[in-house]
Amino acid sequence: MKPCRIKHGLLGILLAFSLPVLADDATSAPAGALKEARPIADDPVIEQRMVNLADDLRCLVCQNESLAGSHAELAEDLRREIRSQMKAGKNDKEVIEYLTTRYGDFVLYRPPFKPVTYLLWLGPLLFLGIGGGAWYMTLRRRRAVQAAPVDEKKLAAAAQLLEEDQ
Amino acid sequence: MKRWLPLLLFVALVGFFAKGLFLNPREVPSPFIGRQAPAFTLPLVGDANASFSPAVMKGKVWMLNVWAPWCVSCRQEHGFLMQLAQAQPVPIVGLNWKDKDREADTLLARTGSPYFAVPDDLDGRVGIDYGVTGTPETYIIDKGGIVRLKHIGPIDPEVWKSKIEPKLKELGA
Amino acid sequence: MIPELGHFALIIALLLALTQAILPLYGAQRGNLTLMGVARPAAQGQFVFVALAFACLAHSFLTNDFSVLNVAKNSFSQLPEVYRFTATWGSHEGSMLLWVLILGFWSTAVSVFSRHLPEDMAARVIGVMGLISSGFLAFLLTTSNPFERLLPAALDGNDMNPLLQDWGMIIHPPMLYMGYVGFAVAFAFAIAALLSGKMDVAWARWSRPWTTVAWAFLTFGIMLGSWWAYRELGWGGWWFWDPTENASFMPWLAGTALIHSLAVTEKRGAFKAWTVLLALIAFSLSLLGTFLVRSGVLSSVHAFATDPARGAFILGFLAVVIGGSLVLYAWRAPKMITGSGFTWFSRESLLLANNVILIAALGAVLLGTLYPLLMDAMGLGKISVGPPYFNSVFVPLMAPALFLMAIGPLARWKEASLPDIVTRLKWALGVALAIGLLLPLTLGGFKPWASLGFFFAAWIALAVLAGFVDRLKHGQGSLMHKLSALPRGFWGMQLAHFGMAVGVAGIAMVANFQAERDVRMDVNSHAELAGYSFVFRGTTEYDGPNYRAARGTLEVSRNGKQVATLHPEKRIYNAGGMAMTEADIHPNIYRDIYVAMGEQLDNRGAWTVRLFYKPFINWLWFGALMMAVGGFLAASDKRYRIALRRSEVPKHIAAQGA
Repeated sequence: MKPCRIKHGLLGILLAFSLPVLADDATSAPAGALKEARPIADDPVIEQRMVNLADDLRCLVCQNESLAGSHAELAEDLRREIRSQMKAGKNDKEVIEYLTTRYGDFVLYRPPFKPVTYLLWLGPLLFLGIGGGAWYMTLRRRRAVQAAPVDEKKLAAAAQLLEEDQ
Repeated sequence: MKRWLPLLLFVALVGFFAKGLFLNPREVPSPFIGRQAPAFTLPLVGDANASFSPAVMKGKVWMLNVWAPWCVSCRQEHGFLMQLAQAQPVPIVGLNWKDKDREADTLLARTGSPYFAVPDDLDGRVGIDYGVTGTPETYIIDKGGIVRLKHIGPIDPEVWKSKIEPKLKELGA
Repeated sequence: MIPELGHFALIIALLLALTQAILPLYGAQRGNLTLMGVARPAAQGQFVFVALAFACLAHSFLTNDFSVLNVAKNSFSQLPEVYRFTATWGSHEGSMLLWVLILGFWSTAVSVFSRHLPEDMAARVIGVMGLISSGFLAFLLTTSNPFERLLPAALDGNDMNPLLQDWGMIIHPPMLYMGYVGFAVAFAFAIAALLSGKMDVAWARWSRPWTTVAWAFLTFGIMLGSWWAYRELGWGGWWFWDPTENASFMPWLAGTALIHSLAVTEKRGAFKAWTVLLALIAFSLSLLGTFLVRSGVLSSVHAFATDPARGAFILGFLAVVIGGSLVLYAWRAPKMITGSGFTWFSRESLLLANNVILIAALGAVLLGTLYPLLMDAMGLGKISVGPPYFNSVFVPLMAPALFLMAIGPLARWKEASLPDIVTRLKWALGVALAIGLLLPLTLGGFKPWASLGFFFAAWIALAVLAGFVDRLKHGQGSLMHKLSALPRGFWGMQLAHFGMAVGVAGIAMVANFQAERDVRMDVNSHAELAGYSFVFRGTTEYDGPNYRAARGTLEVSRNGKQVATLHPEKRIYNAGGMAMTEADIHPNIYRDIYVAMGEQLDNRGAWTVRLFYKPFINWLWFGALMMAVGGFLAASDKRYRIALRRSEVPKHIAAQGA
């Protein structure tokens, strides 16, 4: 396959992806003046902010769920509280502080960056660094290693086995 | 000797796990220990004209017991709290938490009340201010209004003897 | 009677497992062929009895025998038959029995397909698996007996958690366990190598297909779990970095590193000690996962009812098995270091980089999962580590691996030519960059993470293509002939890597371009989302086998043309009164339309409804499926099957490994 043809083919695929074509059933849909559904939230902007924030917060009475998704009563109370704080003009940082003064860092799914969590946040980088170092050291060693001398008898036996399997 | 490294790391891990078997990952520690108990003013159950506020308790060591009529463990704890109310001088304030069906008044009338006062936290706002996640939860607050201990779960003789009583003595109750 | 029969069968299975462990391992140490020969029949016998016990438990569930405690706690008479069957593994005890059953299955498989192995190696492998079986059977019999009686018998059961009443329950745990437990084979091979004190390259050839098949099952199992959560939980999410999810993902990361490391060991004889260590680590992580999920040390939606006594037993077992294997490693591994040389830029160096990155990622996930426990155990307070941490850390770590994934397969062993690879990949790089930059713009705005994801997906996919082009350049015959002559190992690798590309594209798309709306819908009202129009036609009520449901009807259309009619449900289950949302989904290759009902608002039929638009989400599952199929394909390569025909190796030569 020539590279040119591949390129053209791929451009075609690229174009196809950028215009999602949907194979839908072509039966007519109900028309007419239907009432528009109202969003549950009174204020969609605040709601979106609240959900984004609550996604990263922990529901304190669940096994392991976010504050945004939980149906627990305390979770609903806290969501309500966050909404009213946001309406009162508090920014995200202030809302988070409001919650952590009452519930501690446990309520945060994104652990704060403090001395006690340095290892947590820097650990992965450390692992990569150590691994990278090991990679480097291994390669330095391997470049110098000579391959083991070949055993002629083993080579012949291997050739025979291969022939048998053709 | 890097070949021993995996084993050493593993041994350390096992140590942590062994310790972990004795811990409860869902018990949320209170950030209020050592801090001023949050202020509030709430009407009392059964008497909306009267009110309660922590400031009233300054100069005394007291306990704030968060409970609710619909809470089963609180019923279990209730009997022991009645005994405590008779037998020892530390006042117990019973914060009535999210009592939507308005049952606290009739319940306490029937079973008796161990409480010095019963503030009514209908919407749970004060609960949130205190970091309450469920019932029953009990706070020990000292003479200066500082929170010194939080116990999650019902108080029974065991808990009283091992945890609460020593703390109260320590605070000069 | 039947439960007692099952109980008795487990006891016999334990005895057989001990036999399977002790005699062959001793025999291999002594060169005693008779003792070594005990391994195969013992393993097969053990499997038969465990299967018998499993059948007895299943029977108790299917016949609603509420005098068995496990049945009373986890089942319900109105539960549909298929779920009564799956309830067999729906509890801690039952799932442990499934674990042991699948381990027995793998042991039997090894006993059948190991004729080409030297007798002492086969004995050791089966023997080690017998040790593990013994441990778990002992655990079952002492702390987690599934056949415990409840007398007097309950009138009915407590019901199965409604979230489990889904066909995902039928297939996800068995497939997941096939993977998890399958790594025991790799583990056993590693121990056998360490015990025998020597490890030649043939070891890698023998253990590789077993490892790859286990890995493929694990990939499939994880994909099923994620898909099930997506459909069942009703909030449109598919991965939460929950400790239990991580408990399955960590062995997967180690297993992926292992199958790549095995490639180097098989082809070039290098990384022997490291490969052995990885095999130990992969299964150790499986065991660790078993511990984490059942002991109560971590909080998870998925955890079984916790019991510190059980936790202590598993921890002890873990300490013995993993600790013992690591001691053996520390003692014997240095003798294995040999290995050929290779240069800075070679397939070996790239695969080593792959391993470094995967292990760093594994370390990150392990760190994040265990950190709350570590802090609590040291009295440093309690924190939560959730998706924000894992996403921030994992995605950047994997990026270099995704980049190298395109280059590795094209690089030659020992010494690869960078200019050569640049030539072959430079147009792929160009096209991938173009797609990465332009695609998000056509979808509604520049999003850097989406760009990165699309770039990697295109980059890997095009490199897979380049790999084919490269291979097909040589050789004679027609295109079809050349394609069919390519080894399955190559096809498997390409398919698996391509599947990864598809999965990454799916993730990039759905994570960045999904849309959601929460609306109040009166009957005959409409809502718009992502160009689709949803009309709510109200609900009807009906009685299911063990629940009462409100079934909603939503007509979905786009540009005036009807697309689908969806029927989400809200169910109240009879046994416990538990409510559950049953979402309805209209899937196609480009997107899912996902609808879930919230709460009834008034008595005129208005409900809160949650609408989701999930673009490319099916690419995730499909990509994972391709990876699993690729794994199975690679494992069926004929060079592994040729070995099976070489079963005439004289026994006295085979026993020389003592």
